[in-house]
Amino acid sequence: MIEFRSVTKEFPDGTLAVDDFSLTVPSHRTTVLVGSSGSGKTTLLRMINRMVDPTSGTIEIDGVSVASLEPVKLRRSIGYVMQNSGLLPHRTVVDNVATVPLLRGVPRRTARADALRLLDTVGLDRAIADRYPSQLSGGQQQRVGVARGLAVDPNILLMDEPFGAVDPIVRAELQQELIRLQHELGKTVVFVTHDIDEAFLLGDQIAILREGGRIAQLGTPAEILANPADDFVASFVGADRGKRALHVESQDGSDVLVDSDGRPAGVLVGQRSGAGPSGGARSDVPHIVPTEGPPR
Amino acid sequence: MNYFTDAVAWLLDPAHYPGPTGIPARLGEQLLFTVVTLVLASVIAIPVGFLIGHTGRGRGIAVATSGGLRAIPTLGLLTLVALWIGIGLGAPYVALTVLAIPPILAGAYTGFEAVNRATIDAARAVGMTELQIVRHVEIPLGLPLLIGGLRSATLQVVATATLAAYVADFGLGRFLFAGLKTNDYAQMLGGSILVILLALVLEGLFAGLQKLVVPRGVAVGRPPVDRKASTRRRPGMEPAITKGI
Repeated sequence: MIEFRSVTKEFPDGTLAVDDFSLTVPSHRTTVLVGSSGSGKTTLLRMINRMVDPTSGTIEIDGVSVASLEPVKLRRSIGYVMQNSGLLPHRTVVDNVATVPLLRGVPRRTARADALRLLDTVGLDRAIADRYPSQLSGGQQQRVGVARGLAVDPNILLMDEPFGAVDPIVRAELQQELIRLQHELGKTVVFVTHDIDEAFLLGDQIAILREGGRIAQLGTPAEILANPADDFVASFVGADRGKRALHVESQDGSDVLVDSDGRPAGVLVGQRSGAGPSGGARSDVPHIVPTEGPPR
Repeated sequence: MNYFTDAVAWLLDPAHYPGPTGIPARLGEQLLFTVVTLVLASVIAIPVGFLIGHTGRGRGIAVATSGGLRAIPTLGLLTLVALWIGIGLGAPYVALTVLAIPPILAGAYTGFEAVNRATIDAARAVGMTELQIVRHVEIPLGLPLLIGGLRSATLQVVATATLAAYVADFGLGRFLFAGLKTNDYAQMLGGSILVILLALVLEGLFAGLQKLVVPRGVAVGRPPVDRKASTRRRPGMEPAITKGI
């Protein structure tokens, strides 16, 4: 569990990046900090591994204040995945993944074997192990970045817009991969993004941030969609328009969900027959079966 | 009659080869002098340059100081130091070390500065210490530019080292000064040719070394794509091709 207690960060130039921020990040869940630029989300993330130290307030990991821990040691115990992968360009894929274990003194052979196994874990072919990052596609680089983040088997994984720089198709792939991984590994993930769709897709808990790291709303995706706290949240999540503002229209005896532009988004199943919504992880929302979407 | 053929004749005269004042000995002295000067300058300039490059502090002072050092006329400094510490090799070592420091310093810190900030940030975020960042990230990635700095320092020192003969019985400069005194232009030109040849050989070695130290991962990502795009493909096709990658 990670706890932010009244955390404030003022940068030397006077910018108040985070103002009196408090949040509990539950263990083994994905918490997404979502907001536009200037909301302080990356600053908050970087305070967890002491890449940034707060001006005031404390951050605790399982009851231990991070300020009492040695930054280098702390960082080696936390996985960190960033945009554009941040891989070392002069080291091969396998050496990049093994970076931190090697720093921690794991024997080379063991570190290498572990790194190869991690390539499997993140869905990469071992054949690319001896390539350099510049020889990989953006999506592959991000996977290597995730593998490196997992290399020390950390409890906590910090992800700073990790899929921000890849194209939409690869991004969707990586998101699904992360969901699968998280299902297997159950890490405490703190994920930063400006993409609300990504937040809803990946987050168990979502904190929508306004400028200065003020929490506009905290909750599960369903809670936020069902009851946007205010107009800011409603407009940020798009609950008032487009594909999120669905209404029911009857068509040939079946209920069709239509978005605000009048395009069909899906059909309503489950509730009509009286049976509860089936299966889905978030069973408190009606289950929607997507129709063939309009051509993009 | 022709100075140049005279100089070649002087160079080819076997009488100019043996002994401590022969061509091989003088070449050796010149080379030794250059190497020692570069080592002295590197010992001073590289750590300072790394410190500036890593911390990002003191750059303004470094630029101003090395600009100032570059502006000092080497012959003037040499005379000044020689008057102060006396005739011998001490003065040329000081003067030429001062000459060699600016390019090496600049190579050291620009090499660090050229490393992608995001790469360094990531290295720190995964738990490298500052020293490990210097050793495992900044030095390997900044090395080509440092070698570039050493290369231009070498070129300046090996040529200017002829001035050492002004205050000491040392190096290829002896041929120039001796020739000047006796109006032996063949000897002067011959000595000059030797300096030029030595400079070219060192330049070639450094050019090769500079290519060699580009880390493989950086090298493989770069040239083939560029070369193809600039010479083998029509300009109009470039965007369509590179976008797909």
